[in-house]
Amino acid sequence: MAILIDETKRVLIQGMTGREGLARTKLMVGYGTHVVAGVTPGRGGESVEAIPVFDTVEEAWEHTGPIDISVLFIPAPLVKSAALEAIDAGVKLLVIVPDRVPIHDVLTIAQRAQTMGARFIGPNTLGVLSPDRAVLGMMGGRAASARSWFFQGPVGISSRSGGITSSMAYYLAREGIGATTLVHVGGDAVVGMPHPDVMLEFERDAETKAVVMFGEIGTSQEERVADLIEAGAFTKPLVAYIGGKAAKQGTRFSHAGAIVEGGRGAHEGKVARLREVGATVVESFMELPAATKDVLARIG
Amino acid sequence: MARLHEHQGKRLLQNAGITVPRGDIARTPEEARAIAETLGGPVMVKIQAWITGRAAVGGIERATTPDAAAQAAQAMLGMTLEGFTVDTVLVEEQLDIAREFYAGVIVDDREKAPLVMFSSVGGTGIEEIAQAHPDKIAHTHVDVAFGFQDYQARNLIRRAGISGKLQRDLAAVLVNLYAVARTGEARAAEINPLVLTTEGQLYAADCRITVDDYAVFRHPELGIEIAREYNRPPTALEKIAYAVEAGDYRGTFYFIQMAEDFKKGEGYIGFHGAGGGGSMMSMDALLRQGYKVATFVDTSGNPPASKVYRAARIVMAVGPIDGYFGSGSGVASQEQFYSARGLFKAFLEAQLDIPVVIRLGGNSEDRAVEILEALNGRVPARVEGYKKDDSPDFCAQRLGTLIREGAPTETPLTRERSQPQAPYSFATPTGVVTLDHAVCAACETKACIQACARQILALNEEGLPVLNVTRAEAQRGRCVECLGCEVDCLLYGAGGGHVDLPIEGLSWPY
Repeated sequence: MAILIDETKRVLIQGMTGREGLARTKLMVGYGTHVVAGVTPGRGGESVEAIPVFDTVEEAWEHTGPIDISVLFIPAPLVKSAALEAIDAGVKLLVIVPDRVPIHDVLTIAQRAQTMGARFIGPNTLGVLSPDRAVLGMMGGRAASARSWFFQGPVGISSRSGGITSSMAYYLAREGIGATTLVHVGGDAVVGMPHPDVMLEFERDAETKAVVMFGEIGTSQEERVADLIEAGAFTKPLVAYIGGKAAKQGTRFSHAGAIVEGGRGAHEGKVARLREVGATVVESFMELPAATKDVLARIG
Repeated sequence: MARLHEHQGKRLLQNAGITVPRGDIARTPEEARAIAETLGGPVMVKIQAWITGRAAVGGIERATTPDAAAQAAQAMLGMTLEGFTVDTVLVEEQLDIAREFYAGVIVDDREKAPLVMFSSVGGTGIEEIAQAHPDKIAHTHVDVAFGFQDYQARNLIRRAGISGKLQRDLAAVLVNLYAVARTGEARAAEINPLVLTTEGQLYAADCRITVDDYAVFRHPELGIEIAREYNRPPTALEKIAYAVEAGDYRGTFYFIQMAEDFKKGEGYIGFHGAGGGGSMMSMDALLRQGYKVATFVDTSGNPPASKVYRAARIVMAVGPIDGYFGSGSGVASQEQFYSARGLFKAFLEAQLDIPVVIRLGGNSEDRAVEILEALNGRVPARVEGYKKDDSPDFCAQRLGTLIREGAPTETPLTRERSQPQAPYSFATPTGVVTLDHAVCAACETKACIQACARQILALNEEGLPVLNVTRAEAQRGRCVECLGCEVDCLLYGAGGGHVDLPIEGLSWPY
């Protein structure tokens, strides 16, 4: 089992004919993702990797059948329109890869998604990968790299940093620990599926025995995960590392979400809160594999 | 978020129909006097700086005469506060305050919606108000498709215990403030205090508005110089760095100066990360070793080698750092040898003499480390490169060891680049490549041909490397500034290639 993506999901790629779209279509198809169509306005009739490209999402749906997921490789200023198009066509899960999507556009997308019963991952996400099943987005870079770095196992991975998603999975794999699914929730302040939403997915997944989380300063995501544990809504063992201990209040470190404002989202608060509800929080990133091993040994 | 100064924010509020005190900005005491004369009556003189508690540091003064206003401005202009030198004051009419409120609109990541907040007490920060008077605050989320309606505002204010005409007037301010936040694409827009005067008029006496960095491109009217959060104005180096990024959209280059005016031996490290999370994690590893970071830099998202080069040059210009540390997530999907070439060129040109440790894990890491470590013997510095199986903590420890061991290697002879005898030049997107065909003629490997990322170099009939695309195509982007024709040429060829990559405004050494 895996969450969000496996080889059976029917996937659309918006912006398939662009530079990133072309490269990542190759990655996704090469890794086993069931990509059924692409959309680029004005480029209908073309094809990429023998996959048909349509002018609109609605047209892609009519010709190829129901679409489960759309992955967006669209320039940031145009993301709002493309995301709304996919949601209104009936797609229930979007993966919004681009960086620098204006936050008020994200609010508009979130509002429409909620109305239509759709969800989205990102923006500013590397994507989602279920080892040896399928990938959405650009995780791994190349199918060959993804195959050599990640393998199946009992741990769910959720991260606010793209590079760290890969490196956590790699360092765990090096210790013999495989993963059900790797999720990069996105580096922005407002993301469609923050850590708590991902935890609930992992809670429902029978094969996920424990979750490893990379948190960061800023936003309330990690605090809300603690709330879920406290409420008994998330019951699996959690091993976490929170980055950005050194960050000064009010200074952003690369990720738009990684900013401490008015004392909210500070490092100490997140660590204390997670420990209070029984999560394992390591001080150094490289302690994650050993700590995860311990946790898995304890639950047998 | 790009922060607006009080006077800029007030202009937005005023345009949206919210009353603000009459006044203007002054950059000299004389201007302050003139504004006070025009206003007549007592005025407030307020420094324009992004700090809290301005009154406590003498940044807000009441002046009863134009002379007193000039004096107050005289005292404030040039003040240095938290690294911020005051160059502007706001001079405005003094209000007869009857009551103070708080009004704010922020983006709530939890609900993925704007949150409108109102408090029937104001003046201090909303966090303090929430602690002291939780019953005085009311808030509501806004459905962005529906908008924020007048009746919603009135009900919100009613819940904070206010009725009648005041409720109606406050509601109008709140609705207008929401419009400012939404159309101005603000992360946060706050009026605090929102003042009711003894004459019954509502004024935005102070405000804090921060605009979403990613939306700044849609708001040229705001005149935002650098779309970045700072608690202070950007430093000269940050402006230089921002110009590099703004002019080159390939990959990310994010630069923050973390220290100024430090000395050698104080433990400041030039930190150069890759990827947001990996950079933060690596910075933490460095701090665990007891060092301080002089810079926070992120070059990632598959940047060209030229961008990494410029980043490194800017890092070295920050001041007398004790070491240079590079580390990212450790398992990068980008080809790492491009970054290695950028660093190589920067360190070589600077003849860096402080220890360097760079963690280059990810795709093509072997090649990347080989390039980087080829600096040993070419610069006084000791240079170590590490891969994905080496932890950030281990790498930070290595840097500490090298710093403690001190003494750079014997300074090699710095080879001044000789004037090319037979230059063949072409422009790249942000620089100029010059191949000295006099040197190329004697080159046996012609390493540049193989190294060129886009294969735009080929040997002509004389066996010399030249473009196989037009010069215009090279400049438009066929040349991706991979630096192969300089770095690989030096390492594996005859060393006749050079790429000139200017950095506007940068002087080095610092």
